[in-house]
Amino acid sequence: MSDINVQRRQFLKTSMGLAAVAIAPGMLLFEAAHGKSDAVSSKVRWGMLIDIANCTDGCNDCVAACNKENGLSGGTSPTDSQWMRKVELKNMSSGRTLSLPMMCQHCEHPPCVDVCPTGASFKRADGIVLVDRHRCIGCRYCMMACPYKARSFVHEPLHDQNPDVPRGKGTVESCTMCVPRIDRGQQPACVEACPNKAILFGNLNDPDSEIAKKIRTVASVQVRADLGLNTAVRYQGL
Amino acid sequence: MSRLFALLAVLFCLSAAAGATENLLAPKLDIGKGGQCVEDPQWMRKNHMHVLIRQRDETVRKGIRDGKYSLKNCIECHASLRDNSVIGRADSFCQGCHRYEAVRIDCFECHSGKRKSVLVQGK
Repeated sequence: MSDINVQRRQFLKTSMGLAAVAIAPGMLLFEAAHGKSDAVSSKVRWGMLIDIANCTDGCNDCVAACNKENGLSGGTSPTDSQWMRKVELKNMSSGRTLSLPMMCQHCEHPPCVDVCPTGASFKRADGIVLVDRHRCIGCRYCMMACPYKARSFVHEPLHDQNPDVPRGKGTVESCTMCVPRIDRGQQPACVEACPNKAILFGNLNDPDSEIAKKIRTVASVQVRADLGLNTAVRYQGL
Repeated sequence: MSRLFALLAVLFCLSAAAGATENLLAPKLDIGKGGQCVEDPQWMRKNHMHVLIRQRDETVRKGIRDGKYSLKNCIECHASLRDNSVIGRADSFCQGCHRYEAVRIDCFECHSGKRKSVLVQGK
């Protein structure tokens, strides 16, 4: 009886070992082949913290960098695309003035995605709200739904776009947080361009990231927090 | 029997003539740098649209940008060496063939048809 048990144990040991040897290289190869081509994951949520105290009145460097990166004309007429604007605020009773950049706030619950009839407006797994222009029919419901007036419609035919940033007539567009740059591991153009480093970019979901630490320690607000959209762009000193 | 042979000979001539006309009508394309493609050229002629649609959804929706297929890489190799573009002329790589096949492409209403290296230098 004991003989049989010993044999059984031996058999189990060797077969487990063989199985591990057979599976391990396959797993390693799979990792190597798919390591970089993995889809973006919801473990990351990209966000920005904008320190208004460091944002200089009259400075337009972030907007200029955005326009250059994304091939925007820089015009400010109602038919020009504006992905980012500098907003000047003044409290009429105290006279305190503020200057801050305003763009798509990359909401956790984006109203533009709710209203889109074709599924063109969508939120990527890592929290970036985008327009899939292959599906956009140019109805502009999302522009009406957005409380931040962040989206623009392309009215005229375009030529010689940046190959990383395709844009075209008849579709809606807005700040993409420079998604091709993020996918390459770089920072958005506005963050790099700010001379005072007023914009901090990072992963809100990682408790050890610089942005998460700062949000834990300083007072920051979301614009129109009453709407409960949980924006990824936060302002410090508003 | 001889009648059958004559018929076969006539058919052979006709098919040969048809083959020759086909070659004459086929679009003459400016293939740019050309060289080794991601797949066999005949396979690409038949399937490039499926490959591009799959790649486009994965890139836009999931952020997968290092796949084997990429419109940007198509353009990088196949843009003409004269005007650095795959569109715009009757023999341009994309436009020439699509005109011959009477299939409208709207890729280039949003995507640039020019080689990236040239656009970057031009800026």
